[in-house]
Amino acid sequence: MSKLTLKTEGDKYIVVTRRFAAPPEAVYRAHTDPKLVQKWLLGPEGWTMPVCICEAKPKGRIRYEWANGKGASFYLTGEFIELEPCQRIVHVERMHLPDVTPDNRVETRFEPDGTGTFMTMRMTLPDVETRTRMLSSGMEPGMEASYVRLERMI
Amino acid sequence: MLDLDTTFSALSDPTRRAILGRLALGEQTVMELAQPFDISQPAISKHLRVLESAGLIARRVEGAKRPCRLIEGGVEAIDQWLAMLRRALASNYDRLDEVLADMKPPKGRKKR
Repeated sequence: MSKLTLKTEGDKYIVVTRRFAAPPEAVYRAHTDPKLVQKWLLGPEGWTMPVCICEAKPKGRIRYEWANGKGASFYLTGEFIELEPCQRIVHVERMHLPDVTPDNRVETRFEPDGTGTFMTMRMTLPDVETRTRMLSSGMEPGMEASYVRLERMI
Repeated sequence: MLDLDTTFSALSDPTRRAILGRLALGEQTVMELAQPFDISQPAISKHLRVLESAGLIARRVEGAKRPCRLIEGGVEAIDQWLAMLRRALASNYDRLDEVLADMKPPKGRKKR
């Protein structure tokens, strides 16, 4: 069962929605506390985030560094723009692959949904050059090997 | 709203889909492309810019003309990128489910 939806809005945006069992307070905290962000914002299996700077205040810095333990790494920098505790986060981010990608403005909303949360994230659709660079960034080729390693660990 | 699993917003417009259909038959100029449509050349040019920035078509300069052609695999490349994004987000949010469960372990369950 996939709880994730991913759609476009016009020509410029991607809108992602996802339900969580926990209330908005918890989901918001997991998005703004670096100790928690570090545990889940990792992309494909096998990657970790050795550096996680997440200053959840207006103009606060964001810096996430990922590594796959096999020499590949890249990072993302950004700034928080607006924060409405437990409800809404607006931030801007850019990837360093290592060349920097255009700024991506991301708005994330958390709404109560029964005892859980309905999250809506609206982000900018990257241009074709950025997409190509992201595809060739090495995030994907490492996936299969990581899965194999994971199976061995289990 | 369009589902990006199968398509892309540049393809949401019927005129742009028709332009791609005609370009599938071979390279054409803006004038040739505008002929079957009841819209102006500048309007066609605008659609072509959208398709070009989406990586679906390419244009070359030939004197005063700028013939257009389809980019092989352009649509597939977008699907590939979106599939990558979807996989990355899906595994992130599955992990977030676990992080959230650990923040408030239900009664009778040991904290991991």
